[in-house]
This record gives sequence, C-alpha cells and structure tokens, in this order.
Amino acid sequence: MKPKFAMYWAASCGGCEIAVLNIHEKILDVDANFEVVFWPVAMDAKIKDVEALPDGDILLTLFNGGIRNAENEHMAHLLRRKSKILVAFGSCANEGCIPGLANLSSQEEIFDAVYAGVSTNNPLRVRPQFNWQIPEGELHIPEFYPVLRTLDQVVNVDYYIPGCPPESHQIAAVIDHVIQVLQGKAELPPPGSVLGANGTTVCDECTRRRNVKMIKKFRRIQELPEIDPTLCLLEQGIPCNGPATRNGCGALCPKAGAQCIGCYGPAAGVVDYGARLIAAFASVIDSNDPQEIDRILDGLPDPAGQIYRFNLAKSLLRKARKEV
Amino acid sequence: MQRITIDPITRLEGHGKIEIFLDEAGNVANTYFQIPELRGFERFCVGRPVEEMPLLTGRICGVCPEAHHMAAAKAGDALYQVDPPPTAKKLRELLYSAFYVTDHTTHFYALGGPDFVMGPDAPVAERNILGVIHKVGLEIGGKVIQARKYGHNVIEMIGGRKVHPCTSIPGGLTKGITEEQRREIEEMGRWAVEFAQFSLQLFDDLVLKNQAYLELVLGDIYLHQTYYIGMVDEQNRVNFYDGKISVVAPNGERIGKYAAHEYTDWIAERVEPWTYLKFPYLKKVGWRGFVDGMESGVYCATPLSRLNAADGMATPLAQEAYERFYETLVPGQPKVVHHRLATHWARLIELLYAAERWVELATDPEITSPNIHTVPTAKPTEGVGCVEAPRGTLTHHYWTDERGVLTRVNLIVGTTNNYAPISMSVKKAAQNFIKNGVVVTEGLLNRIEMAFRAYDPCFGCATHSLPGQMPMEVVIRDAQGQPIDVLRQYC
Repeated sequence: MKPKFAMYWAASCGGCEIAVLNIHEKILDVDANFEVVFWPVAMDAKIKDVEALPDGDILLTLFNGGIRNAENEHMAHLLRRKSKILVAFGSCANEGCIPGLANLSSQEEIFDAVYAGVSTNNPLRVRPQFNWQIPEGELHIPEFYPVLRTLDQVVNVDYYIPGCPPESHQIAAVIDHVIQVLQGKAELPPPGSVLGANGTTVCDECTRRRNVKMIKKFRRIQELPEIDPTLCLLEQGIPCNGPATRNGCGALCPKAGAQCIGCYGPAAGVVDYGARLIAAFASVIDSNDPQEIDRILDGLPDPAGQIYRFNLAKSLLRKARKEV
Repeated sequence: MQRITIDPITRLEGHGKIEIFLDEAGNVANTYFQIPELRGFERFCVGRPVEEMPLLTGRICGVCPEAHHMAAAKAGDALYQVDPPPTAKKLRELLYSAFYVTDHTTHFYALGGPDFVMGPDAPVAERNILGVIHKVGLEIGGKVIQARKYGHNVIEMIGGRKVHPCTSIPGGLTKGITEEQRREIEEMGRWAVEFAQFSLQLFDDLVLKNQAYLELVLGDIYLHQTYYIGMVDEQNRVNFYDGKISVVAPNGERIGKYAAHEYTDWIAERVEPWTYLKFPYLKKVGWRGFVDGMESGVYCATPLSRLNAADGMATPLAQEAYERFYETLVPGQPKVVHHRLATHWARLIELLYAAERWVELATDPEITSPNIHTVPTAKPTEGVGCVEAPRGTLTHHYWTDERGVLTRVNLIVGTTNNYAPISMSVKKAAQNFIKNGVVVTEGLLNRIEMAFRAYDPCFGCATHSLPGQMPMEVVIRDAQGQPIDVLRQYC
C-alpha cells in the first residue's frame, strides 16, 4: 500500500497550489509513489474522509495558508492529528506572508475598511455576523480571529518549506528526496528543518556586482531615471531585502530589476528578520553619525512594512502593540 | 422548515457554502451562497508605498496575480499622472495576453470544457481532463500543458517570475526584453494562435454540431437577463488591458461607458451580514435583490459579458469567431446573449483574441525598445486602475499622502462582480431540481456545478480544480436541523 499524501490551503491565495502544479511531469512521481487522499485543488475528497482516517495515517501533509479564522484552525488541528509529517508550506503557513500585515490592525479597522469603502452602499453599517438569524433559519460563517497566526503557532510543525510561492524546482527536489527516503536510499532531515531552500542570503545567489559602495539616501524604485542592470540594487539606494532573506529562489526579483521583497523569510540563524535587515541597511549607510544614520533610515517610507512585509505574524513583535 | 446544506467540498472547501431552505410544500423558499473568508487587503495595504502594490496585491490571488499586478501598476501610473512609454504599456499587455492564454486554456480543458466534451450526462468519473484526453486523444493533454508552459514562460520573461510577477512599477517596468527573447515570444505566440483555432474547432465539432448540447446551451435553466460590463478600446472592441468600461442593458443597448476613475458613479456594493463578500450592482439602476431584468442593477462581468458589452474584437480571426457567435445564438436579434453556458464559447473566442494580440505585440517594432520607464514627477494623491481579469473587471483605487504612501484602498475584484448573478444561478438550478420535496440528486448537484463553472468563479481561488468537477455534499435536514439524508458526488 502506498503512503498517503495530502495538501491543504487555509487563508491563502492559491499560488502555492499553482507552484506545485508547475512541477509538471513530477506530479506523476507524486501519483506513482503516494496515494493522494486529500488535495482540494486537484481531487475530490472531503473533510469527513480525512476525519475517518486513523490518527497518523497520512504520511505527508503540505499545509499552506495562514490561520485567519476558526475553520483554518480546525483544519490545522485535524491535519496535524492525521499526519505523521506536517509541513508548513509557503510563506503564509511559515510566517504569515502579506496577509499577516493585518496584525497591524484591529478586526474593527479591517471590517471598516472593507465594509465602509467608497463604493460600498452601507448606511446601516452592516458587518458580517458569525451567526445570523434569517427568516428561514440561522446561518454561520467562521469566526474571524483578532490576529493571523502561522501554522506553528497553532500546532506542532515538522518541517518548513518557505517562499511566496516556493519555487517549483525546489518543490520538485523535496519530492525527489522524500521518494528516496521511501525507497530507503536517504534519510529524513532533523525535525524542524527548513527544506527546499538554502541557508544563506539572496545576495549569495544574486549576480549583481557589489562594490561595497555606501549610500547617503534611500531611493524609491520609480524615482530612478535608470536602474543599473548589473549593480547591487541596495547600492543604488533601493531598499532591497536580499541581505536578510533566505536564498533558494535564484534571486529572481533582483535579476528582473526589482528589489527582493523577502518572500523566503529570514536566512538561517536569524532570530528576528526585521532586526537583521535594519542592521544590514545600516551597514551600507555612508555615515558614522548615529543621528545621520537615523535620518537616512527615516527615508524608508514604510519601516514596519519594509522589515516585516512577509514576517510580521512570526516576528518577535507579532502584532501592533497599542499603547494603553 | 427543511434545510439543505451544500458544502461544495474540495474546490470550495472553506471558501463557499450553499444553504437551501425549503418551504412546507417542499419547494425552494430561499438559497444562500456564503463566502466564509476574508483577509482584509483594503486595510493592511494602508501604510505601504504605492510601488509595492503590484507585488502585495498579487497575493490576493495566486491564480491570477497578473491581473492584480497590472491593475495596481495602472493605479500607480494614475496616481502619479504618469504615462508609461509605449513599449512599457505594450510589454505589460503582452505579458497579460500570454497570461489570458494560460488561464482560459486551463478553464476550458480542465474545468468547464469537460461538461461539453464529455457531455453533461456522462458519468462523473469521465467528466474531467482525463476524460477529455481519452475522448479527443492523448495529444490534447500535451497541447494543454504546452499552452500553460508557453504562457508562463512569457510571464517570467517580462514579469521576472512565473507566479507573482515583480517588474511593473509606477511609470513603466524595471526591465525590457531582448531581440532574442522577442523572437522566442513570437514563436510561442504563433503556436498559441493555432492552438486557439484548434480549440474553437473542437467546440464547433463537439457542441455546435450536436443538437442536444446546443439545446442545453439555449435552454432556460441557465438564462439570466442581466446587465453586462466589459472593457473596450476606442472602437468599442474588447480589450483586457486598457480602455473604458462599457455597460450594456439586458435589451442589448449600451447605457454608457465609464473611465476607471469614474467607477463609483456606476458601481455600488451591498453588504449582507451572512457572508464576507460584498454584492456589487449598477448604482444607476439600483439594488432590487437577486432578480433579473431592466429594473435590477445586477450585472455580470465574464467573457460572455465582455463580448456583449463590446461591438467586436480587435483581431481578425477573433472577429470572425465573434460574428459567428451572435449569428448562431441570436440570429437577427439584438447582439446580446443571456445564456450562461455560452460563456464557455465566449471564453474560447477570447482565447483566440489573446493569442492573436500576443503575436501582434511580439512583432511590434517598438517592443524591444529600452525606453520602458517614465520617472513620475507629479505629486501623488489619488488614482484608479482597471483591467479585465479573466473573471471580471478588476478595479484598484488608491489614495496616498504626498510621499506616495497609501492612506486608503478600495478594491472590486473580478469574481466579486458576479457574486449576485452566481447566487441567482444557484437558486434557479435549485428550483429546477427540487420540487414538492423531491430532490433530484444527480440533477441538482450536476446542474449547480455547471451553473458555477460557467462563471469560472475564483473565491479565494478555491474553484480551480484539476479534475473538472465540483465535488459536493448535500445534507438534507429536518425542521430541527437534524440530518436525515446525505447525498454525495464523487469523482
């Protein structure tokens, strides 16, 4: 009997599924070596089918998406119980990703932005209700939680595959490795390992030349008359997150003239992504005067978003702290 | 009161649920199609620099990030009142045309098409991409993969990445393409045109030449007389990347056209407490509930809508196909088709247009120019960007402070446009297949599934499933809410 495989999306965009589908013929390897028991994007199976499985019956579950509401949390617990190996797959499950920036706002502020927008006609200030009585009965929608959490803030996670989305060649390599393990030709990495990525930073994969040139000012990418196609973006004043971000993507964005925005999360050994990035930025600033350094850093239009763009939900900060 | 819950499990798991309530006589009293998910981009994009919006909002949808990337870039252009150089606009549209080819291909062959290729009454196990391959030939599977691959290659060449492109910024792009890349893009585009023609021919052979299918398309179950919107160029021809939004009434008459920044004069959104998604409607007509007709502001924004809202297609082969579409479906009548299943045909006509446009742009003499960016100089305040996402008109509206940092964001996303019409189609299908307490199991599931698929809905991108079915579970409950029967549909 083939070992069982599952993939699930919680609060996510679907890009992780597309990245898996983009491994093309490798999908057939998954099919040949696993019995796919639950994968909403690709096949029919229902939550009840998963609930009916013995605990620990699924060998490998790739879980993407953050924990935004009660239903996401329920699925995280269920799949944890049923899976021997639970992998946090993609940035949302790993560190909250862009939707984690919601942790800078309260639920009320989020609802106000969505349900009192300029095109919304809502004079009675209607907001979604988790339970709502209609003439015919009661309707339910899952409770929207005050903050978005990462998968490992809700359940124990065995491995991490970072990226928004994880690059398809990396996914293929992980699948190859797992198949080798099944065939007794390789061993599983230590629990808690980051898979499908490398250990250092995006700068190590970036082909742009670095002159250790210092900058006096941060620049907005659209303000530059020309982006030098071969020079380090940070040295051109563009706040590139490469120095703090884990590599493994192939430095795709800097190659295309765009700054790294940090989607692979912190490089190995980095405790707090934001702290590491600020240190990296400070190191290219051409000044020894703390006040001038502060002034130059103030040139970043959005410090919180810059340093915790993908990482807020997982950071030491986790969410906005309101003064009491 | 009897209650039927349809959890369209798997493809809509966690992203959509249908509740059907029956009256004492066992007929449909009401249906509720709920979207149980919200992430709140409108709020947490506030505080971010506007040049990041093409990157951040791509994460709304990983299936169509290209649409958000473009709408956000155009909103950024509008905000700075900067006109990108022609090459930048053409490259964006080239990327976008290639994206349409992959997206429409996936939908037709894996999601919507199997209903027709295999027939709506074929066993569920055969109504999927594998069934299509079995019936049409193994070669077709290779072609579908090829079309997806080519599209993604172009997206990566211009956009820097296959998923979540990163190169559009206010005023243009961060990079251009080389002559070598151009040649490769052109070659792939020519292949895509042939593939699109092949797909239309397939539709012709399998559907149009089959009287039973044609009757199904033209039948009553999937008929809704609503308004339609879609983007058009200056000659009122379909365009996906730029133009005004044309609005057409159920009688086929154009009631107006609006520029992106005028959208709040035309579109309003209704909030219901039992769902996280809003219901857009035409402000000038007004909200009258989930009903058809000239008096109801419910509108649709789909491939069918875009054809209805336009006067024609901008490329020669697609124009021929467009003419044939209306001559076949509404000969001698006003040029408006209300049959929702015709959306599949319309989608293939758009596929051909996108492929032709791909080649047109790839052979444009300016396309390899290094002039790809205009530095914005105006002080940013407010800007709106619109594109046609495959699943409907997409609107991004930003307000910023003078540094170009967002202070307010409003979004009307593709599928959201169609929330009311999809809800209506669900209700109509339910009414057709639940009568006097008798639930026609297979018919109900099957027909609701087909009603959905015509719209290619993308609620949290949940409806994109490879096998081409929407597996469902129907729980029938008694008046106390206790389940008395469970019906399931398997692959």
